[in-house]
Amino acid sequence: MAPESHYAILSAVLFTIGVVGVVIRRNPLVMFMSIELMLNASNLALVAFGHRTGTVDGQALVLFVMAVAAAEVAVGLAIIVAIFRVRRRLSVDDLSLMRW
Amino acid sequence: MGLVPFYLVAAIAVGTALGLVIKKNPIHGALFLVVNLASIAVLYQSLGAEFLAWAQVIVYAGAIMVLFVFAIMVLIPGKEETGPDPRRRTRLVAMPLGAALFLLLLGFLITGPAPPAPAGGTAATTTGLERLATILFTDYLLPFEMTSILLLAAMVGVLLLARRGTT
Repeated sequence: MAPESHYAILSAVLFTIGVVGVVIRRNPLVMFMSIELMLNASNLALVAFGHRTGTVDGQALVLFVMAVAAAEVAVGLAIIVAIFRVRRRLSVDDLSLMRW
Repeated sequence: MGLVPFYLVAAIAVGTALGLVIKKNPIHGALFLVVNLASIAVLYQSLGAEFLAWAQVIVYAGAIMVLFVFAIMVLIPGKEETGPDPRRRTRLVAMPLGAALFLLLLGFLITGPAPPAPAGGTAATTTGLERLATILFTDYLLPFEMTSILLLAAMVGVLLLARRGTT
């Protein structure tokens, strides 16, 4: 059994990669996938800490995070598709204004 | 799970995460993310969270990634990032900032407060899944029901957003 701190460090690595991905990519779909990466990293930390304390509260939280992530992806992709229909382009640099 | 299998799975997770961020084609990124989610499911299993491991495979690697791949196919991107990046220097600031964030997280993990001691010897009597189901339908019943409302609201909102002729 690997100590939980290893899981926590792996979670920190994945979270950092997700943050960098959101910042350096221009495609909103890839930015979304990087956000999923960050959510998963935090989920992994929750499960690891729950395992260390011997409780399952962390696992319940992870279940809620998964549900919120599913809702977020559905709404976010619908917004991206709606923007693409109007603008016919898909780069976040074109979307610096909060209007059409 | 021993240390060697853990490092193997961790290396797969980090490598696929880097692939997602580095590869230009979003379809490649989506496939990298599927492997990444599966490797995290393996880690859940090794932590004794077998329900979450399978929920991860079904919900994330199944449903959410199908949605992503579907959106990528509909939008047919891939030409957006071929040209030179007009804000390349600004974006490269993300590298030192990312390193600073990682050091911050690492510092908290090392110097942070010690976790509470494991609670009693009750853990061995029931499986993790039974305990998870018990607290989910007792202590966390209200958030659980609110999750269903959230999913319903998201579904209605997506139908509204995706309807033609409204934008």
